[in-house]
Amino acid sequence: MIGIVDYGIGNINAFSRVYKLLGMPHTFLTRPQDFDDRISKIILPGVGSFDHAMKTLNKSGLRDKLNEYVLDHEMPTLGVCVGFQMFCGRSEEGSEQGLNWIAGEVLKIKEKSLEDFMPLPHMGWNKVDVLKPNDLTNGIDAATGFYFLHSYQVVTKEDDIVASSQYGDTITSIYQKRNFYGIQPHPEKSHSNGIKFLENFGKL
Amino acid sequence: MLRSRIIPCLLIHNNGLVKTVKFKDKVYIGDPINTVKIFNEKQVDELMILDIDATVLGKEPNFKLIEKLANECRMPLCYGGGIKSSAQANKIFSLGVEKIALSSAALKNPDLINEISNMVGRQSVVVVLDIKKSLFGKYEIYTHNATNKVSGDIEATINQLIDRGVGELVINCVDHDGVMKGFDFTLLDRVYAVTSVPLTMLGGAGSLSDITEAVEKYKIVGVAAGSLFVFKGKYKAVLINYPENLLK
Repeated sequence: MIGIVDYGIGNINAFSRVYKLLGMPHTFLTRPQDFDDRISKIILPGVGSFDHAMKTLNKSGLRDKLNEYVLDHEMPTLGVCVGFQMFCGRSEEGSEQGLNWIAGEVLKIKEKSLEDFMPLPHMGWNKVDVLKPNDLTNGIDAATGFYFLHSYQVVTKEDDIVASSQYGDTITSIYQKRNFYGIQPHPEKSHSNGIKFLENFGKL
Repeated sequence: MLRSRIIPCLLIHNNGLVKTVKFKDKVYIGDPINTVKIFNEKQVDELMILDIDATVLGKEPNFKLIEKLANECRMPLCYGGGIKSSAQANKIFSLGVEKIALSSAALKNPDLINEISNMVGRQSVVVVLDIKKSLFGKYEIYTHNATNKVSGDIEATINQLIDRGVGELVINCVDHDGVMKGFDFTLLDRVYAVTSVPLTMLGGAGSLSDITEAVEKYKIVGVAAGSLFVFKGKYKAVLINYPENLLK
């Protein structure tokens, strides 16, 4: 069963709606006791600023359980948008410490000059270049891509970048290393590509 | 490459959807939830839903309706109408809305922008400026459904809004609303020249060529429309529609 971390940030209902549509069992992880042995995968959603999301997660009382499941049990875990950024140790956007699960840091997207008019935030539908096809990118229409809404991004080892996107700067759009899966855009709001991506994660 | 966003803009009045002409003459379009369901099937880029009653009547945002809308939307949702405090904004985000749109509250109390932007990040903070041309041809900013004129020139206001943490600017041309004769590019050129965040234009789109014209002119831009996506034909029969793969 897919456990969606409910720490007060991110659109957990949107994920639940997609998995209902797909007929895949899922549940919200709201309290520490919700982490039980039915859980086989975890989604960490996120919107908003890095510090706000980290502070809210720290206050939620879920962090120890999350570490146990993700680090000790090595459960496949998908971070979405700021949820993915929180996998890193730090972010240029704030001063809070991240979860420090993966190598890399969260940096502001390098802004192009006003003449090119690629203003931040990076907002809208962008295609993805799949560099290392894996189970998650199966059946994804790369040209249609996903919906992005962010000004900061995960800068990490090239080997672990599954797909990237272009917006003045090169953006890490999909990530994977061991049981850590990350996606910068919002699959829960990206129509058929997003549904396919979440289905792929659910089937891992 | 990032594509321009084509955004249906829906107006809520008395819990139903309406479409206006120059902010007046409301025509009933249908049920908000049903309309969102149709736009899901059409795979629209993004949806903007504005409650045009809340601010004018001094009411809180209708959180119940917002929750239903957010649960239905399979695309990003921008909601506006009646938001006056960061607590209200936070509540709306927690219901699953990606972006909130401010207008009168942001102009009256710009600190609110800093507050919300610091909390959730500027990518989720939108300001809608309703702009109307005076009898003497001067562009002026209005609030409260174009009944309340706000002092200050457009460029200075935009600079201040962006400095305070606005992540997207929606320019709504009151005189072009519902007229379906094209955008006001004189106004949009002026705005474009001073805007350093994503820009979305609203008011005037009457055909798909109006959209492609705007996209060719400004490259990456948000193009929003009401009438175009809810009416069909000369007699404006209500028909929810959306172009397939226009920019792909």
